[in-house]
Parts: sequence; C-alpha cells; structure tokens
Amino acid sequence: MIRWRRHERADITERFPTETLEGPLLEVTNVETHFDTPRGVVHAVDDVSFSLDRGRTLGVVGESGSGKTVLSRSVMGLLPTKHVIRKGSIKFEGREIGSASANEMRHIWGSQMAMIFQDPMTSLNPVMKVGKQITESLLYHLDISRTYAAELAEALLTSVGIPEPQRRLGEYPHQLSGGLRQRVMIAIALACGPKLLFADEPTTALDVTVQAQILDLLQEQQRERFMAMILVTHDLGVVAGRTDEIAVMYAGKIVEKAPTSVLFRNMKMPYTEALVRSIPKLSDKSHTRLNVIPGRPPPLINPPVGCRFAPRCPYAQEKCVKEEPPLRESDVPGHKFACWFPVGTPEGRDALERNRAAGLPAAVGSDGAATASPNSSAAEVG
Amino acid sequence: MPEQQPPESAGTALADDLETTGLVADAFTVEVAGVTAGVQPARKKRLGIGAWLAIVWLVGLILAAVAAPILPIAGANETFTSIQRAQAPFSTITTTGGGTTTPFAEGHVLGGDRNGHDLLSRAIYGARNSLIVGFGAIAFGILVGGTLGLIGGYYRGRIDAVIVGFLDIMLAIPALVLALSLTAVLRGRVDDLWILVIALAIISVPVLGRITRANTLVWSEREFVTAARAQGAKNWRIMTREVLPNVLPAMFSIALLGVAVVISAEAALRLLGIGLSITDPSWGGIINDGRDFLTQGITAHVVFVGSAFIFLTILALNYLADVVRARFDVREAAI
Amino acid sequence: MDALATLLGYLLIVVVVLGVLAVLALAVGTRAGRRKLLQLVVVLLVVTFFSFSLLHLTPGDPARTQKPFATEEQLKPIREEIGLNEPFLVQYKDWLFNFVQGDFGRDYSTNLPVQDSIGKQLGVSLQLIFYAQFLALALAIPLGIFAAYKAGTWFDKSANSIAFGAIAIPPFVVAFVLIFYLAVQLGWFPTQQYVAFGTDPAEHFKHMFLPALSLAVAQIAIYMRLLRSDMIQTLQEDFITMAKAKGLTNRRILWRHALRPSSFTLLTAAALNFGALIGGAVVIEFVFQLPGMGLGLIQSVSTRQYTAVQAYVALIAVAFVLFNAFVDGVYSVLDPRIRHARAAAA
Repeated sequence: MIRWRRHERADITERFPTETLEGPLLEVTNVETHFDTPRGVVHAVDDVSFSLDRGRTLGVVGESGSGKTVLSRSVMGLLPTKHVIRKGSIKFEGREIGSASANEMRHIWGSQMAMIFQDPMTSLNPVMKVGKQITESLLYHLDISRTYAAELAEALLTSVGIPEPQRRLGEYPHQLSGGLRQRVMIAIALACGPKLLFADEPTTALDVTVQAQILDLLQEQQRERFMAMILVTHDLGVVAGRTDEIAVMYAGKIVEKAPTSVLFRNMKMPYTEALVRSIPKLSDKSHTRLNVIPGRPPPLINPPVGCRFAPRCPYAQEKCVKEEPPLRESDVPGHKFACWFPVGTPEGRDALERNRAAGLPAAVGSDGAATASPNSSAAEVG
Repeated sequence: MPEQQPPESAGTALADDLETTGLVADAFTVEVAGVTAGVQPARKKRLGIGAWLAIVWLVGLILAAVAAPILPIAGANETFTSIQRAQAPFSTITTTGGGTTTPFAEGHVLGGDRNGHDLLSRAIYGARNSLIVGFGAIAFGILVGGTLGLIGGYYRGRIDAVIVGFLDIMLAIPALVLALSLTAVLRGRVDDLWILVIALAIISVPVLGRITRANTLVWSEREFVTAARAQGAKNWRIMTREVLPNVLPAMFSIALLGVAVVISAEAALRLLGIGLSITDPSWGGIINDGRDFLTQGITAHVVFVGSAFIFLTILALNYLADVVRARFDVREAAI
Repeated sequence: MDALATLLGYLLIVVVVLGVLAVLALAVGTRAGRRKLLQLVVVLLVVTFFSFSLLHLTPGDPARTQKPFATEEQLKPIREEIGLNEPFLVQYKDWLFNFVQGDFGRDYSTNLPVQDSIGKQLGVSLQLIFYAQFLALALAIPLGIFAAYKAGTWFDKSANSIAFGAIAIPPFVVAFVLIFYLAVQLGWFPTQQYVAFGTDPAEHFKHMFLPALSLAVAQIAIYMRLLRSDMIQTLQEDFITMAKAKGLTNRRILWRHALRPSSFTLLTAAALNFGALIGGAVVIEFVFQLPGMGLGLIQSVSTRQYTAVQAYVALIAVAFVLFNAFVDGVYSVLDPRIRHARAAAA
C-alpha cells in the first residue's frame, strides 16, 4: 500500500504527550450543526454547550430526532462537509478542533478520540476479517510491527471478554453473534487507547440480556484506562447508574443538564419528568398502561419560536409557546435547565393544575389520574 | 447530460441528499427520511432541452427518410463528375478547393463519396433503410417476444419453463454470430432489406421476451391482479387489461433502446460487406466506402458522415429511452 | 511464436472446460444442479444442430456453392467428405462426432482443413477479448471510485455525461476515430494487421492496443456507472464512517474498505459481458484485419464456405454456452456466502 503522505505514528510508550493535564478534556461551546437540504435548513443541533473532564462520563439522552447522534458526530468531526454548517467551538485538550480539516482530525481519530456505533453489523466491514480491522487501526497509528500488532489485537479481544480470541481474529463479522460483534467494535475503538470514547447507542441493537454486559464492559474499560466517555442513548435506564452527568436533549437543544443523582432526584424540565415516567417499572401491575408522551418532536426545518416541547408539555402555558426559555442554572450548582414552569416549583404546579382543569390531554396523563410529584418515580430509578 | 435524473444514475441532487440523508434521518422524523431515502419524486416538469433536441433529430430524420424521393436532393446513386471518381481503389484524389469529396462543394452539402455519389442523399436514403430495419425488427420482436414474455411471466409454471427454455436457446448464440448466419441463409432469397429485418427481428425476440417476462413477473404479483382473479376475470382479460398496460411503459423505453441497438447492428452488418448489396445506400455502407480513404490518410470525412448519422441517431434514441424510463419508472423505484 | 498464441488458446479452452466440468460435478450433487446440467446438454445439442443445419439452410447445393467452378466429377469426393449422401440425422451425428474430436471439416476455397486455422484464430480472438476486458476494468474501476467519491461534483456529472455518450457509440465507430487520430495522424499505432506475441511482444501490444481500446470504450462507460452507483450506496454504510473514525485516509477507505463490497455487480456484469464482447470482437477484427475467429467467420460467409461456417458458428456458440454455464455455476457456489455477507451487512 503506497502512502502518499507519511502519517506520523506515535511511539507506543508515549501515550500522554506534554500537554497539560489540567482543564477539561473536552469543551463544547455554542455548537450548532445545520444541514442544508433541498427542503430547507435543518437545525439538527442548536446551541449546545457542555464540558467533560478526563475519566468522567456524560450521558446524552433524547428521543430519535433529538439531534443526539448528530451532536456526537459533529463534535467528533465525522460529518460530511457538503451542505453541513458547523458553528461554535470545540476544544479538545485545550486545542480548538471545531474548524480542523479532515487531514488534521485524522491524527485525533482513533488515537485520541474513538466512537462505537449503534449497529455492529453494519459498522463492521463485512468482507474484512475481524483481526484485520483491529490491526489496521493499530498499524496505522502506532509504530509497531505486524506481529506485535497481532498480539495486541488478541490481547484486546481478551480484554473485552471474547473467548477464543485467536480464532476470532480470523473470522468475519457475520460469523459472530451480536454481542460479540459489539465487543469487537469496542476493541477496535479502544485499540489505540483513546482518551475520549463516544458510545452512540451501543446497546440498542442488542438483546436485553447482553446490554448489561456491554455496559459493564464499557464502564470497566473506562475505569482501567481513565478514559472519558460520552454515552448517547434514548434509554434513561442505560444512563441511570453509569454516568456522572446527564444532558437531556430535545429537538436539537439541551433542555436539562445535571449530575446524574441530582437529575433523578430533582428534575426540573417536564420533558425529563415525562421520560422518567415513561420507563415501565417492575412493580407495576400487569396491563398497566404505559405512560407515553403524546405527539411527536417538531420538524427541525423551521423550528417553532417558543419552547420546542410546549406542544406536548403538560405544564405548557402561553408564555412557553411565545418565548423560548433560556438554559439557566438552578440553586444546585451544575444543574442547568430550560423551562418557564419547572417541575416541583409553585409556578409549575399551578400551570399543571390549570391545564388539567382545562382538560388538556397532555396534562391529564395516560393513566387518567393526576400525576403525583416526580420524586416518587425518581426514587425507584436512582 | 440528461436533465431528468433517472433513479439509477443517481444524479447530483440525489448524491447530495445521500450524503446527508444518513444523518438527516436522525434529525427528521420517519416520514421525511422515507422521501429522501434515495429517489427524486417524479417531477412533472417539461422535457429538457436534451430531450427536445433528440426528438427534433429523430423526427427530422424520419420525415426526411419518408419524403426522400420528393426532397430536392440528388439521387442516391447519381454520380457527379464534380465529385471526382476514383479510377482505382487506391488512387489519390487531389482535394483542390471543392472538386472532390470535401463538403460544401458545389451544392453538395456533405460532400461525396468515393464513387461520386452525394453523401447527403446517400445518408438520407440510408436512413430509410436503417429506420425500417430498426423499427421493423423491434416491432416484430415486441410482438413475438413480448407476447411470449407476457404469457410466460403471467402463467408461470410449465408454460413459463418452456418459453424460457426456448428464449434461452435463442440467446445461446451470440447475437452478431446469429445475425451473420441468418444473413448467409437468407442471402439471395430475399431483398437485402428483408434479410436484415428478419435476421435482426429474430435476434431481438429473446431479449425483448426476457425483459417483458421480467416485468410481467413483477406486475403479476401485485394485489390488483389477485383481486381481478378473485372477481372471476379470465386470464386473458387480466393479462391484457391489468398487466399489459403496466408493462407497456417500461417496454416503450426498452423498445427505443432496442431500435438503437438494431441500428448499430445493421450498420455493423453492412460494414462487414458480407454480400449485402453495395449500391443500396446505408450508413454502414458509407463507412465501408470511406474506410480506405481514412486508413490511407486521405480524408476521414466519408467515414465521419456515416458515423455521425449513426451516433446521433443512437444517442437520440438512448436519451429518449432514458427520459421515458425516468418518467414512468419512478413509481417502481420508490418502493 | 505463433505456437504460443495457439497454446494459450487451447490452454484457455481446457481451463474453461475443466472448470465447467468441476462446477458441474459439484452441481450434480443437487437436484437443481442436475436439472441445469440437463438443460445445458439440451442447449448444446440444439445449438450444434442449428450450426450443422446451416449448411443445408443456405441457398444452393451445399457442395457446389463451396466449389462453384468444379465439375460434377470433382464434386463427388467432396460430397462424400461432407457426407451429403447420408440421411440428414446421420449426417448430423457424424458431423457432431467429428466436431467434438476437433475435426472441423475443410475450407474448399483453400482446401485446407479448418482446424489448422482455427487454433491460431482462437488465440487471437481470446487475446482481443481479454485485453479489452482488462483495459475496461483497469480504467473503469478508478474512474468509478473517483466518481462515487466526488458524487455530485462537476467531475461526476461530466463523467456521467461522457459515459452516456460513450455507450451510444458503436465500437467500430470508436475504432475508426482511434485509427484516424492515433494511427493515421499521429502514427503512434499501426492501422491494422496482427503480430503474435511470440514474434515481437512490443509490436504485438502496439497492434492490439487500438482494437482492445475500441472494444473497451463502451464497456468502460458501463462498468464505471455500475461501480459508481454501487459505491455511492456503500459509502453511506456505517462501517465507512467507522473506518473514518479510525483515522484512516480517504484513499485507503475507498480502495480497501469500500471497493470490495461494491464490486459484486461489476464483476457479474463483466463476466456476463463476454457474450456481448464476442459480437463486438467480430466487427473489430474485421476493421483491424486481425486474423481471429470473427474474421474467419466473416470470410467463410463471404466466400460461401459453409462447412467452415458450421464449424465457426458451432465453436463460438459452444464456447459461449459453456462459459456462461461456468459463470452461472461459480455464482451459485459463491452466492450463498456472498448473499449471506451482504444480508448480514444490511
């Protein structure tokens, strides 16, 4: 394979260059990602900011269409350049990468930042052996020999819990089960020891029984490698016990962000409350109606003027439709939310009563009865 | 070049869509993702300039061919002394300002060929032959092959097996070889024109038959056929009333392509000079005539005239076939 | 020298036949395979029967048309040789037996046995076809990859337009254009004739280049479009984004990751295209005066040597049928795995 440009390969002993270890690993400020399509401009990610320290986990939660996947790809810089408009600042280890070209990003991809994708069947090359897919990454980024790379690959497979790693190296993806494939993908992502891992719905395509194993594996690897992780999912249950901080996204914006325990104990945004309520509980009797959130997320081409969740919100008032609530900090530091009539506040309770009295379907709730305070459901999740 | 983007050529805006579709589908709800998932919705806009050019060329050609005897052009076999005849096949011809095969020489717009004939009239009379052969062969092919394909695709089972076997055997011999054989068989028994029509008709039967069959198979599986059957309609009726009207549009496009292929084959056969008359004007014959001039470096003009007519006609037919298919096939592709 | 071409020709025939037999041996194991085998035999019989009957279908007395100026006395041994005194089906049986053993009859204009010339001619034709396919793929693959990579840009649009035009040009027109500009005007290549590889490799390729290119032009356009459209789809797949996320260069991704899954349709088309190429090769051989099977067939038809015509048609048709059967067989062996991988990747 002729290399037209020599790619700098790092010595395997030098994993942490002389850059400062202080400060957040990743700093995302006012990032916007718009797609210019024939139907109009799609505001997939609108003014998102967060920061992540080394070794910490951020969970990004939202429905399909909330922009969470676009956010992760946008931060990592994997989006195509045509018809994509990216604004805002993304700083990795203090260096601005938001405007970096693909060539520059290639030094970061794989070795500093890595991503696991949702469906391991489509994310692995179907006509390339598993071993080759791992060693390819190793040989590209690290200055090592082929035999050493093969050994490393085998060790990686073992560390992600794949039995008979020797054999697996020579197999094709379709010969492995779903869970194993996902482990392989994790191995590939972790091969060069990245500092930041994006896990984009890592368990959605897997059996429920396998999901917990994979999540455990991710946590374990993260701890061992002191690696930061951004866990993107639609499933609150996935992030509940495994993240340090959670950001809830809706229609392209972050609507609530808080340390995990704070979020579940003291959620302010009605959307978050609705999400938590929608998780079916073991203690529910059989045939209990599921609490769904009525309606659909808004189209992102011409986003509505006011709060985007208003049409589906049980607490919505006129102000919500007219003015968009800003993301403000609550009395608990680190807890940000965007709502005019937050949950658990007097204004919020009044708003809910008014809506219920008026018979608004969102407020009445699927169980027909007035919903209790969200704290009770939180206690069972936390 | 085609302005309408046929789905499978994946034109420009489509490619743009595709790049962002993967992620836009995340941002959009399902309804939009379905639309952008790979197909331009059928645009009912007017035909582009390319299509019109193609139509103009073809219609003009057909009209000229039909009206050839009454057009103010020379006879196809009239010789002109102003076009200097070559005494022997390899004598050089002095091309001093107009006397010979150069175009625009004294009223001969396209110039003349080696034998002193006016090229324009030979080309137009040649168009006659080519168009008759082209449309004739394809018409026959659709009639016979199309019917066979329709029957086979509709009834399936043993009838289909027999028909497919029959068509496959015809396909077993490469087309041009078969054409050559048939030419040899028919030579001297019928006019050259008929030789070509028959030979190329026979060749087009299996191809058109298989395509019709494929289309019929698809349409026969649709619910409205089952519904018609459940209502007690006879097979024949279903075939002609339900299936055929749906198969025809696709066949129309294929027919245009077929004519192009046949014209190309006819030119090739005439070029080969396997005993087909040389006085009968034809595009392939023109090329054959001018061949020596070209290889000896005298002039490429005669070959060029013949080639240009062939190329433009085939191009026009291909283009229209594409446009027709884009118009009618979008319904299929959206599935 | 010339023996090399002959040898290659025979070698290829042997390989194809062996390949067919091998695949068919595998096929015999399955019921569908046996049915296909039966179909194959039937087709071969019909095709050879048709070729055989050409002698009788053509106008005139079979013996006299081949040797028009002979006396009746001189024609008698010819009639014997052809077997015209036998009943029709017996003639067919005899002819078929001879054919299978390589006795293709005699060309009565030269009085030479046909098999003397066919060996060399087969080599020439096969060379032409293979060079054409090779050129077509060698040029179409990079073009297709690049067009897919740059989908939607001016390069892609113009490539598509040019491809559209290229498909419309008959190979012989391309041939004349190439001859005029490259051979006559520029003198880089000869205008016609053939030089065997054994005689002079450089001259051989110089003589074969324009013919192969003429055949290849239309194929390049077709293959390029096929690959491009498959590639565009493949490039949408997740594993390409994943490869990007690994930090690999675009070039590597295109060639190592995207190309293989996208090449299925292309290879299928290339394999099935051999038939179309046979027809085109006939005309190209004529234009460039390459002494191949095509030219042999044309000349036999021109000189009314229908015994030779029988042999040429039969040989070409049988080779064609066997080759297609071979491709068919190979695909049915490969297909489940490929389908499995593709479905699993979907």
